[in-house]
Amino acid sequence: MPRQLAQLGQTGLNSLGKLGRSLLVLIAITGGVPALLFRPKLIIRQLYIVGVLSVVIITVSGIFVGMVLGLQGFYVLSQFGAAESLGMMVAASLVRELGPVVTALLFAGRAGSALTAEIGLMRATEQFAGLEMMAVDPVRRVLSSRFVAGLMSMPILAAIFSAVGVLGGYLVGVALLGVDDGAFWSQMQAGIDLQRDLVNGLIKSLVFGFVCTWIALFEGHDAIPTSEGVSRATTRTVVHSALAVLGLDFVLTALMFRN
Amino acid sequence: MIKQHKLWQSKSEVKAQITDRLAAILPGEILVNIKDLCFKRGSRVIFDKANLVIRRGQVTAIMGPSGTGKTTLLKLIGGQLQPDSGSIEVAGFNVHQLSHSNLYFLRTRMGMLFQSGALLTDLNVFENVAYPLREHTKLPESMIRKLVLIKLEAVGLRGAKDLQPSELSGGMARRVAMARAMALDPTLILYDEPFTGQDPISMGVLMQMIRKLNDASRLTSLVVSHDVQETAAIADQIYLIYGGKVMGQGNPKQLLDSDSPWIRQFMDGLPDGPVKFHYPAPDLQQDLFTHA
Repeated sequence: MPRQLAQLGQTGLNSLGKLGRSLLVLIAITGGVPALLFRPKLIIRQLYIVGVLSVVIITVSGIFVGMVLGLQGFYVLSQFGAAESLGMMVAASLVRELGPVVTALLFAGRAGSALTAEIGLMRATEQFAGLEMMAVDPVRRVLSSRFVAGLMSMPILAAIFSAVGVLGGYLVGVALLGVDDGAFWSQMQAGIDLQRDLVNGLIKSLVFGFVCTWIALFEGHDAIPTSEGVSRATTRTVVHSALAVLGLDFVLTALMFRN
Repeated sequence: MIKQHKLWQSKSEVKAQITDRLAAILPGEILVNIKDLCFKRGSRVIFDKANLVIRRGQVTAIMGPSGTGKTTLLKLIGGQLQPDSGSIEVAGFNVHQLSHSNLYFLRTRMGMLFQSGALLTDLNVFENVAYPLREHTKLPESMIRKLVLIKLEAVGLRGAKDLQPSELSGGMARRVAMARAMALDPTLILYDEPFTGQDPISMGVLMQMIRKLNDASRLTSLVVSHDVQETAAIADQIYLIYGGKVMGQGNPKQLLDSDSPWIRQFMDGLPDGPVKFHYPAPDLQQDLFTHA
């Protein structure tokens, strides 16, 4: 029993240590952000890698999620004779919840894992040590630009996901199942509120972008510089990001959509 | 040691002092002074009161068996690791008492060639060599281009300027890394195992290059290696380290003529001697037949 207690205590200490290290890394990263204003090329390059290269997976996923929403929504709503409300249901589901959440999960899987692997391998191949010996702070030089790119990419990707999802819902609901075209769009226009839905969705995607990018960069920076260490760090990035996004989504939803 | 803790001394004053002091050290004078260095990794002692001196203008070699802390010593000199006790002074400045900003400034006067090359994999050869120039100078693009081409010409790789690091052989990658390490015309250049895994041609080229660059560019070179013949051919001074201590020092001839059994074993590559080939283990027969 004392041994188990000691192990439990050690696990707690390790977790606290990791949290502390991640906060220190975050502080160092944010310290490097102002200098990026004078070197926008660094951000543009990372925006391409983190954001633009994620557009395909976000678009394809968005259209399928929208189609499924259209299909399921039509079956449920038509039981109550409310199939015309399909547009509002699809849009509200996407803008409030599925857009930010699914985009964040996909972002963590595609861009987050790539960031962790890249940073971890840079450490394993002594590139970080090389930068330090060239008198260049690797945290500020390498991590800050990636952090800003992740933060900027997520809301845009979530917006693309939601927009494409609405089109997917339209395809299934209107073109395949025969919901009235005008009703689809007008119900959506009437039911979606700028502040309550769009702005809150934007805030969610910003928070998720912050958390997912932070986790990805920290895990890469904290990875044991071996192939196994980088592999484990990449897995941790996806798992921790997914859990953080789902947990935070509940908290944010509870705070945002109170009556 | 130069005092650097005065509260009224600004960072820029320290930087100016570093620049002046580096310029004032004459060939043959002490550039790096390592005193009573102690360093542990966990419970394993890497350095136990080690004392070394690196003189300006010389090629100094640090040699010893694998795992004796040769690379660790370079990281300690570069300020990437903190010693448990003792001091490392570069140009009279204790590396580990400098502020972050002043340490980074001192590093602009040092170049380091890593064992793996440590080239940035997202940049091509030209951009890798240009990297320190872009980070630390405000030179116009045309000047950066000329400087990079000169450095690449010196290592024989001007024609490879557009290649990616993944397209380079191990020897080429180290030569590019050497050009990058020299980009800012440092005073001190640190080489970590430059000959490991090189074919005879690359090894010969690297050997000549280290010596020629040291003399032509008035550098001070510190070469960490366990390749006896190659290192002895280019070094002015050799330190042999083992078990955390300096076991022998002198010029190559002195060490090659030494009677010390430890030095003889290392210089002649003998399997038997004070250094055991086998890691400590129980008796082989006992290990093979006692346990199921």
